[in-house]
Amino acid sequence: MNSTKVLDAKGMACPMPIVKTKKAMKELETGDILEIHATDKGAKGDLKAWAKSGGHELLKSDEDNDILKFWIQKG
Amino acid sequence: MTVNPMTAQQVTQKIVNNEPLFILDVRNEDAFQDWKIEGKKVTYLNIPYFDLLDGVEEILDQLPADREILVVCAKEGSSVMVAEMLSEEGKDVFYLQGGMKSWSEYLEPVKVADLNNGGELFQFVRIGKGCLSYMVVSNGEAAIIDATRMIDIYTSFAEGKGAKIIHAFDTHLHADHISGGRKLARQTGAAYWLPPKDAGEVTYSYVPLEDNEIVKVGNEEIIIHALYTPGHTIGSTSFVIDDQYLLSGDILFIDSIGRPDLAGKAEDWVQDLRETLYSRYKELSENLIVLPAHFMSMDELNSDGTIAAKLGTLISNNHGLNVKNDAEFRRIVTENLPPQPNAYQEIRKTNMGIISPDEEQQREMEIGPNRCAVR
Repeated sequence: MNSTKVLDAKGMACPMPIVKTKKAMKELETGDILEIHATDKGAKGDLKAWAKSGGHELLKSDEDNDILKFWIQKG
Repeated sequence: MTVNPMTAQQVTQKIVNNEPLFILDVRNEDAFQDWKIEGKKVTYLNIPYFDLLDGVEEILDQLPADREILVVCAKEGSSVMVAEMLSEEGKDVFYLQGGMKSWSEYLEPVKVADLNNGGELFQFVRIGKGCLSYMVVSNGEAAIIDATRMIDIYTSFAEGKGAKIIHAFDTHLHADHISGGRKLARQTGAAYWLPPKDAGEVTYSYVPLEDNEIVKVGNEEIIIHALYTPGHTIGSTSFVIDDQYLLSGDILFIDSIGRPDLAGKAEDWVQDLRETLYSRYKELSENLIVLPAHFMSMDELNSDGTIAAKLGTLISNNHGLNVKNDAEFRRIVTENLPPQPNAYQEIRKTNMGIISPDEEQQREMEIGPNRCAVR
């Protein structure tokens, strides 16, 4: 997938992955894709819910060797 | 204004004492709907922390002034953040130390009774998950039934009583939580007992717990009598302690009965469950005090903090013991069942020794309520 930007939130505990995602998203344009890497298991449910409440779309999520990856398109 | 931690133990005390508490739960809505801190006088507001990053002004008028406010999240981090924001707006607030993770792992020991010949019986209430485990202490020896994986709590409690743990029993192969029985046995040298019919696939050695087995604790004073009561699992075994207490495992609860489907064999085990509840249990003395392995709601909590009731009372009041017709019973326990416990298949495999997740993975697997019952 063509990510506009990759955010490394590995090793961060809640709430930081979302705080950083929100900040990174602000700097993107509508339609851009932010790729997020995180290790906090809570990010799974929270990013999904956050994207929904913010009008963004979670395009895909993946798990690779304990690293959670998310692709969110700015709405 | 101030931000202070509140421990799971302090929250438990408030719930047992029926004190009012306002919970601002900042987890996402799905997590909140699935599982939360419950209590008769607990009121809630659920706003995810990620909707509060720009400020908390909008929720200030939804917070009560007449009771303590506790901010709750999964692991503590977000609740501290929100609590600090509220404090800057002039509120006195608490956050749950360790979050729902600590809530899930906290055990409250409650004394159930003095036994004959000087022994004692304790119930360990895992309030966040609704799991109950037990310790019998007598004359320097202790036995533990349905231990959780938080075994330090039992070892230090036994030590405080000057007792050595010599037996760890599981009433059945659990599907909702990871048993601490094996770990406890390894650490203390105790014997680990498991019903052999539930142990077909286990990868470790254990002492087979058979029907009518009699085990003594503390200079042959306290008698634990095993009673084969299949239904929730094919091996499920109850215990009668001191001729007075019936530890019913996941077969009979205070306000519900065990579900037969968690090992994928609901149809096969319905008849066993029916026979256990309607024949084997009904032959026992109605004066026995039933001590189950789970509770489902805070309404089941007695005023002394125990979860216990007379068998005779349950025979009159528990809906699951009052279904006259076989077909109706079959329908109740096999159709429209509540969702299964989180990660229950992985939990069963862990309890069989087939997989060995680390502590953090075990914690994740156990998230949520126990969901072992049907009503």
